[in-house]
Formats: sequence, C-alpha cells, structure tokens
Amino acid sequence: MFSLKKIKIVLLMLFILTILSACTSNNKDTQGSDGSDATVSISGSTSVGPLAEKLAHKYTEEDNTNIEINQIGSSAGITNATSGVSEIGMSSRDLKEEEKANGLNEVVIAYDGIVVVTHPTNKVKDLTMEQVKQIFTGEVTNWNELGGDDMEIVVVSREDGSGSRDAFQEIVDYSSGELIRNSIIASGNGNIKTTVANNKHAVGFISFEYIDESISTIDINGVEATADNVLQEKYSLSRPFLFVYKEGQLTEAGQRFIDFILSEDGQLIAAETGAIPVK
Amino acid sequence: MRQFKDNLFRGLLWLSAFLSVAVLVMIVGFIFYKGIGLISFDFIFGDYSPAGGGGIWPMIVTTIYTVLISLIIATPIGILAAVYLQEYAKQGRLVRLIRFATESLTGIPSIIYGLFGAVFFVTTLKLGMSILAASLTLTIIVLPVIIRTTEEALKTVPRSYREGSLALGTTKLQTLYKVILPSSMPGILSGIILSVGRIVGESAAIFLTAGTVAAMPDSILSSARTLTVHSYLVTQEAGDIELAAAVGIVLIVIILAINLSATYISKKFNRATNK
Amino acid sequence: MSIPTTNKQAVEIGKANKRKYMLEKLSSRIFLICALLSVITLLLIIGFVFYKGAHPFVAGGYSFIDFIFGTDWVPSEDKFGIFPMIVASIFATIGALIIGVPIGLFTAIFLAEIASKRLAKIISPAIQLLAGIPSVLYGVFGLAIIIPFLQNTFGLVKGQSLLAVILVLAIMMLPTIVTVAETAIRAVPQTYREGSYALGVSQIGTIFKVIVPAAKSGIMTAIVLGLGRAIGETMAVILVAGNSLIVPTSLTDSVRPLTTNIALEMGYAFGTHQEMLFATGIVLFSFILILNFVLAKISAKGGN
Repeated sequence: MFSLKKIKIVLLMLFILTILSACTSNNKDTQGSDGSDATVSISGSTSVGPLAEKLAHKYTEEDNTNIEINQIGSSAGITNATSGVSEIGMSSRDLKEEEKANGLNEVVIAYDGIVVVTHPTNKVKDLTMEQVKQIFTGEVTNWNELGGDDMEIVVVSREDGSGSRDAFQEIVDYSSGELIRNSIIASGNGNIKTTVANNKHAVGFISFEYIDESISTIDINGVEATADNVLQEKYSLSRPFLFVYKEGQLTEAGQRFIDFILSEDGQLIAAETGAIPVK
Repeated sequence: MRQFKDNLFRGLLWLSAFLSVAVLVMIVGFIFYKGIGLISFDFIFGDYSPAGGGGIWPMIVTTIYTVLISLIIATPIGILAAVYLQEYAKQGRLVRLIRFATESLTGIPSIIYGLFGAVFFVTTLKLGMSILAASLTLTIIVLPVIIRTTEEALKTVPRSYREGSLALGTTKLQTLYKVILPSSMPGILSGIILSVGRIVGESAAIFLTAGTVAAMPDSILSSARTLTVHSYLVTQEAGDIELAAAVGIVLIVIILAINLSATYISKKFNRATNK
Repeated sequence: MSIPTTNKQAVEIGKANKRKYMLEKLSSRIFLICALLSVITLLLIIGFVFYKGAHPFVAGGYSFIDFIFGTDWVPSEDKFGIFPMIVASIFATIGALIIGVPIGLFTAIFLAEIASKRLAKIISPAIQLLAGIPSVLYGVFGLAIIIPFLQNTFGLVKGQSLLAVILVLAIMMLPTIVTVAETAIRAVPQTYREGSYALGVSQIGTIFKVIVPAAKSGIMTAIVLGLGRAIGETMAVILVAGNSLIVPTSLTDSVRPLTTNIALEMGYAFGTHQEMLFATGIVLFSFILILNFVLAKISAKGGN
C-alpha cells in the first residue's frame, strides 16, 4: 500500500517541477531583453535548411547567439518572414512579384543546382529539357520512348509549396496542374533520393547537395550537372538560395549571421555542403 | 467432417498467432538490426551535428521536457476530474456529458490535435512553435487516459473503506485524501506511466506544434524536435534508415521500461488488494 | 495544486467547523471544474477546427460539394477537391480491417483459449509492447522492408501504394485488436465453456459457437478501436503511401489519405490553403465522430 508520505513526496515533486519550469521560462525573458543571448529564428526551405544548419552550428561555436532553424518549405518561410513569425525566411526559389511587394529584402547566400536523377541501372543518361517536361507532364510514360528499356516511368515530385518544385517547374516550364497525377509526392530531397534509389522505374529531381552514388544523374541538353557548369550558365536547372527578411526587421544578431555566411569561412562551408558559393 | 473443420480452425488459430508474433519479431528485429551499429555513449549523450555522426541528446532532452510539462499539467487535473466523476458527482446528464467528452477525446486522431494545437496554442495564444505549445497539446491527449485509469483505480477501493472512514467522523475531503487516494495510488501511477508512453510515442501532433529545430532547446518556449519527430525526419529528409532505426531502439527501450514498470506497479497493487 | 493547501487547512479543521464546510464546498467546485475541462477542450477543439475549416465555404465562396467531390487538389491553382483522399482513406481502412481483424481476432482467441498459460504469458506482453511502439517506426519498417518487398517480389512498378498502406495499417491495428479482444474473451464466464463441453461440443466448436458470440460486444469494441487507429494514422502512412493525388482504382496505385494530406502540407500552407486543410480535418473528424457514436452504441448494448 502506498502511504500518505509517498503522496506528499509525489505532490511536492510535482510542485517543485512546476516552479522549475516556470523559472526556465522566466530566465529566457530576462536573457532576451539583455540581448546577450539573442535568438535568431529562421524558417523555410528544406533545401536551404541543411546548409543553414551547418552554418549555424559553426557560427554558434564562437558567438553565443541561438539560431533556431525550422525546415518547413520555401513558401511557408517567406510567409513567416513577411508576418514576423520568423526573423529570416529561407527560400530556394526566386521571390514572386507579390512577395516582393510585401517589402521583403533578399540576400543570395549561395546558388544551387537541381539535378534530374534516376536509378543507377537506368540506361537513359541524357535528356533534353523538352523530354524532361514530357516526363513530368505524363506525355511520355515509358523509358523506351527515351532510348531506355521497355519499362514504365514512375515520376517522383516534391510537394506543392516546395521551393525546389517551384523552381524546377518554372525552369522546365510546366504548372502544378499539369504534373502527372499518379506521381509519387515525396516531402523532401532525401525522400526523393531514397525513393529513386530503391526503384528502377523512378525519376525525380533533387538539389546538388544530395547527389551520391545511390542514384544516377542525368545530363540536360548534353550538359553535365556540375557546379562549374552552373557558374558558367551552361546548366540551366539552377536557382538561388535566399535569405529573406522584412525591411527593418533584421536584428543585429541576424545581420551578423548573414555577414558570417557571406564571409570566406561561410562560403567555404557552403561549398563543402555541395552548394555553389556566391563569389 | 467435423474433425476436419475443427483441425482447420485450430490450424488457422495457430497460424494467426504465429503471424502476429512473427510480425512483432520482424519489426523489433529490423529496428535493432539496422540501428544497433550506431548506438554508443556518444550517440545518446552527444550533441547533434548537422554534418552527421552527431548524437541525439537534444532530442532526448526535448522528449523529457514534453513528458514532464504535460504530466505536471495533466496529472492533477486528470486525478481531480476522476475524483469528481467517481466520488462527488450525482450520476446524471452532466456526468454523461463529461464521460462522452472524455471518450470522444480518446478517439480523436493525433493529427486533429495537431491542427488544434497549431491554431490555438501556437497562433491564438501566441506561444509559437514551441515545447510549451506541444506539451499543452499533449496534455489534452493524455488527459482522458489519466481520467479513465484513475476512475478505474478509484472504483477498486472497497466501499467499506469509505464508510469506515466517514463513520470515524472525518469529512469527505479527509476521507478522500487520507484513505481513498492512497489506496488507489498504484492504479493512478500506472495510468500516469501509460501516458508517458503515449507522449513519447506521439509524432503527428508534436510535428505541427513544436516544429523541427534540431538543437538543444534553451527554454520551453524554444522550438525543438522530439525523438519520434527526429526519427521521422531523418527517414523523410535524409533517407537515413539506420539513424531512424537507432533512434527507434532508444524509443523501444523507453517504451519497454515504461511497460515493465506499469506491469510491476499493477502487480504490486493486485497483491496489496488481495491481501 | 489544491491538495497541499487543503491539507494544511485540514489540520485546523477541528477548530473551525465553518471553514471545514466551506472547504468541502470549494474543493468539490474545483473537482467539478477539472472534470468540465475535458468538455471544454472538446468544445474548443471542435470550435476551432470547424471555425477555421468552415471559413472558406462560409466567407470565401467555395462550394462544399465541390470540396468533397472534386478530384483536383492543386493549392497553387486554387483547386481544392478531396475526393481522392476520402476514397483513399476509406479503401485503406477497409483493406486494413480485412487483413487485420481475422488475424488479430484469431490471435486473441488463440491466446485466451488454446495457448498454454506459459506461452500466453510470453506472447501477450510482447503484443502489448507492439501497441506501444511509436507509429513512426512502423512507417520506417514499411519504407525499408515492405516497399522493396512489394517491388521485388510482386514486381510492382512502385512499392508506395494502397497495398503498402493497408499492410502497415493492418500491422498497426493488430496489437489493439488482440489486446482488447483477448480481454473480452477471457471475461466470458467459465461456466459457458463447461456447459458447452458437457453438451459434447468440441473445444473449437465451443470457441466459435459459444465464446465468441458471448464476447461479441468486446470484440466489436476491439475492431472499432483498431479502425480508429487505422483511419487516424498519419506519420507511418506518409512514408509508404506515395501521396499521389488520384482516385485509387487498384491496390497498386499510390494514394494520399486524408491524414497525410494535412501533415504533408500543413507546414507551409497559409490562407485559404491552410483553411482547406482544416476542412480536410473536419471530414476526418466526422468519420471519427461517427465511429465513436457506433462505439457508444455497442458498449451501451454490451452493458444491457
């Protein structure tokens, strides 16, 4: 049987825990107003996210700023930056006209290429932009129409609202409504990569950062997907990685973080991650 | 013919049981087989590194935070609500309404709780994507569990205890606090432990309310990721099955510990009441 | 935190009888408020989800009929039709029931009636453990094992399919069904069995003609609970469904159930798109409320 004493102890512990948790939140308030331990909240693109996390990890080793990164997709990040939910939004596509009209500033922190990927056993290694469009809009549904084996094409796309998808669709020139209906929708670069790596029928598109030997990359119009080709503007499937913030909303800490990213050290990290440095 | 039918059904029963057990062994086996290679002291207690190879300590801390905060709020409310239903309320329309509400809450899918948390705690109460918002959402999720198990525990307290105590001239409140609650404590505790399991295993509701920040939370107003959300994200984002499985091992061990302690407590309880 | 304070005051109770009476009254009020909280939260949840979800139809001029029966879901082009998802949710749930219920029920019967005590003592807790495993891990299992299995063994073009969802959900609902049904079967009084044996009915005959009918309401509860788990499951399903926006016509089509649609897009949706996800939530909620209603009816019947 449990005695009275034990109940008292349990209740006492609960009480202490309540106070403790209240204290933690109080601490945060005082620290925040001091400015000694500022928090920079960043949200947006899942393509920019991994790079931003690495940059933040490096940056916070020397500067006692808290950098919170939520990977929720470009459109949401831009919305958050506009509404003030986040200080900085990450986008992996250019801003739309109406988004610019909301008074957003943009900083290009790096460039990135998008690469069309297939299963390593797929014989198709080269496509024209027109063929890519035909695949993703469902005009072509068998690899043998593209010089491959006689097997069905399984299209893997990102979700509606993904910056990679918007950028890809804009460059390849088809709309969300035209995307072949039975395409698999994967909610991240990694998910597309594993889906394609495990399915010999599949074709998808991912950011350069995610390229590895589990998938095979496709040349577009005979141009290989490399950072150099993007910089020389030969390879057209590329887009900027943007940090966006509302005019006048950027804090000192946020500005310092952006300065760090654009510094030599920051750009080196970008290059290591597989993105293309700005300079 | 009857013999044949009997044997057929007997075979089917064995086959079904075998299938169920096989699935269990396969899932747990798969998680351990894939993930065990990553398990190490540094993996569990190390800081997370976005470059890979880091630990999951921030996610463990976040998980502990959500469990503690949700329980601190849900436990007193749940116990008192159960006390009301069992000891104070006159059976009638109000009690039926409360019961219906509690049961309905049990059946709501966690994604709906997530939606509610996102619009109510995150946006309307302006808590932002945070551990606190997630914990409050989880509080609602576990409240019915605590109410129900406490009610069951209160039911098992013999009527004679109450009558004996009241006959000694104590008030209802004293009886409750000195006699009824102490003797139903084990039942209540196992309910609380079950809630811990529910909180640790929850993903959809937390995903929409706590966000996905992969760093040590510096207060309960920070956005952060729990173990389950981490497991989901590394599968989804990075396609890293091994890492997801390693996190899975940690989760399974926690769940196992929770189950064992709940069984232990209820066994102790049964022995105590049988005496 | 009312108990510690009431404790302190309770010590002085002999001195002040009046205070004692007030305290009794006050505490019963507090208990009542705590109990009412669950009603309040339920109302809040319904209120907020419905308020957000109904907004586009009430104020935005969208048609609810088009929303339910529309087959196009292209948020960026302002098209919101969830018919494919409703169909996917229903198919996935029914499919999971067809596989999960017989296996789960038979396992429960096996554990309660056939298995030796020792065997049951090992298996039952193990299956309860399965019920506690976070659903995400079922999804990881599905992605890493079931999907390649469907592709390689059955030669499916893509493993992300209705079939994969059904298999994962069937596995997930198993523990719930087994645990609840086993308890129900064990609760059937021993005299039923003895009576049946006395009439010369075999063990298997007794199980299916006497015990299972006697435990019917408990078994139905088990099925409805399993159903609830299947229809509400989200994260495990996202990983294996493929999330395509088509009305499924075969088991091999990739699908997007209602829950998946919410979790997949909630992160970045705003404005009307976000409200439409709440509307998706309302539809899901309605399914669950109907289920709860059925469950309440069943348990009321069982009570009689």
